[in-house]
Amino acid sequence: MSSADNRFSFQRFISIIKKEFIQVKRDPISLRLPFIMPVVMMLLFGYAVNTEVDKIPTAVYDQSNTEESRAFLDKFTESDYFMVYETVQSEDRIAQLVKSGDAKAGLIIPEDYSDKVKSGSNTEIQLIIDGTEPTTARTAMSSGQLIARGFSQKYTAEKLMKYGITPDKLTGISLKTDVWFNPDMESTKFTIPGLVGLILQNVTIMLTAFALVREKERSTIEQLIVTPIKSSELILGKLIPYIVIGYSGFLFSLAMCIWVFKVGIAGSVGLLLLLGFLFVYCSLSIGMLISTFAKNQMQAMIVMVFFLLPSILLSGFIFPREAMPEAISYLGYIIPLTYFLDIIRGIALKGIGLDYLWKDTAALLGFTAVILFIATKRFRKSLD
Amino acid sequence: MEYAIYVENLTKKFGNFTAVDNINFSIPKGTIFGFLGPNGSGKSTTIRMLCGVLRPTSGKALVMGRDVARETDAVRQNLGYMSQRFSLYEDLTVEENLDFYGGIYGLPKKVTAERKKELISMANLTGKEKSLAGTLSGGWKQRLALGCALIHKPRLLILDEPTAGVDPVSRRVFWEIIHSLASQGISILVTTHYMDEAESCDTVGFILNGTLINIASPRQLIDTEGARNLEDIFIKYVEQTTNQKVAGTIGDLNFLKGDDINEQR
Repeated sequence: MSSADNRFSFQRFISIIKKEFIQVKRDPISLRLPFIMPVVMMLLFGYAVNTEVDKIPTAVYDQSNTEESRAFLDKFTESDYFMVYETVQSEDRIAQLVKSGDAKAGLIIPEDYSDKVKSGSNTEIQLIIDGTEPTTARTAMSSGQLIARGFSQKYTAEKLMKYGITPDKLTGISLKTDVWFNPDMESTKFTIPGLVGLILQNVTIMLTAFALVREKERSTIEQLIVTPIKSSELILGKLIPYIVIGYSGFLFSLAMCIWVFKVGIAGSVGLLLLLGFLFVYCSLSIGMLISTFAKNQMQAMIVMVFFLLPSILLSGFIFPREAMPEAISYLGYIIPLTYFLDIIRGIALKGIGLDYLWKDTAALLGFTAVILFIATKRFRKSLD
Repeated sequence: MEYAIYVENLTKKFGNFTAVDNINFSIPKGTIFGFLGPNGSGKSTTIRMLCGVLRPTSGKALVMGRDVARETDAVRQNLGYMSQRFSLYEDLTVEENLDFYGGIYGLPKKVTAERKKELISMANLTGKEKSLAGTLSGGWKQRLALGCALIHKPRLLILDEPTAGVDPVSRRVFWEIIHSLASQGISILVTTHYMDEAESCDTVGFILNGTLINIASPRQLIDTEGARNLEDIFIKYVEQTTNQKVAGTIGDLNFLKGDDINEQR
């Protein structure tokens, strides 16, 4: 459609923005979502989704009940990975407790433990592990083995001393570990910054898709398209309020990350704010694209679920992408959140800058440009 | 003579289906044109072409002397449109709806404020300025939608089934407004399924299966077709086109009384 007056009208553009803000103001969900979602999700994920397993309730059957066996038990509980849930007197009781789920592990020290240790022969302690929860089970197994190995080394050393050999005269390799970026390996440091990205994505996509679909659902779009309004004025005017809202949500969750969960930003805050803005833009385009597939808000919600669930699973938000089968992990590359998670974790935890993150940034820029292009094209077409 | 609407050989095809088939008509300025026809006969497609929303497959349409395809914006600036769905923003107040469309049509703030006053009193909405549009009842909504379509003082008003689903009193009030607008020189194209409304138009046109069958004043049509009223003509045209008798009259449907229905179940 050609016309004499093809200029962008600032007045029409402002009218759309104004109208959109009034609508957001009157809609309790749109207004509160950017603030409620961070609070709810951060509390949930920050405290409930904790992959660190400690204080595994353990049923202990100490048949030996000697100084030596108690020393072993002390070491066990000192480690903080185990706690004695109950001291029992039979193997059956251990079975009961593990079956009921009260205990996740059972420890059986044999009657002859003390004698065997003193005489310097081999002895077996049994650790029963409830394998239904693999994370707990793995922790229990590896820390149990570690404690036992430490003990046997101590006894070996004592024995060698008797023969006049000091252990440091023996060849040995000791592994000196140094954990960077998150020395205490706290899972909140991994989860919370990722959550900031996820929340930003969800809030922006949802609000944008709903706002655009609403015009179709209530057929107000029919009235708008017979006015002289340009599609660029309409699209920009409708999107700007959601850039503001989505970005406010981002700032709010970032503030929670820093001040409530004490996950500081090791790198440049300015860079994070800038790239956060890029990601708001990217999510906005996705929301817009979704809106072109849906006739009403119900359909938009369904399409959104189809998009959001894979983005949580495949982006590496919870599950490390390294652990996925190769083909599946490649799928993560078509999800923009994957790149933003690299960016936000990189800046917040590792303190790295664009010199390391340029690839992710370029990918995010590329995705935003492509999605925005397709969404705008499809949206304009839906106006005709 | 310059017409409010001038349509020449206008055709719209969607794939193999011809929605509007080579229609011609013209409407003098300041008159009310009743555009009649069954659902799906091509009324809305024609209207969408007149508003510049759909591109005609062939033919041309002029609105107020301007080519819709080439001067779309100028045409739209002179055109008010209202659909049966009263496309209002229900979460905006009466005033905010009017302000919004004032802004969309590029009116200066002062002009919008003046027009708003006039339209609110025209639509009988005084005292409801701060009410949310969603809380208004059918008749109020309808008149607010009309107000929004008139904010920019269009010279042509297109109304697509404006009285569908509105009570008889509001329907009467609405048509009084329409006639007073026409007397102020505004040209009006209106579609309706109410034949009493159609009879009060200056001209009516019947469209069936995308073809314009007849166009004349209601009086003339009734005389030439020798019919009692427009409703009979409507049915006659449908029968001619489909070669099928439109079954029954209201009288034949009288057996549908309470007891019979219960027995049949």
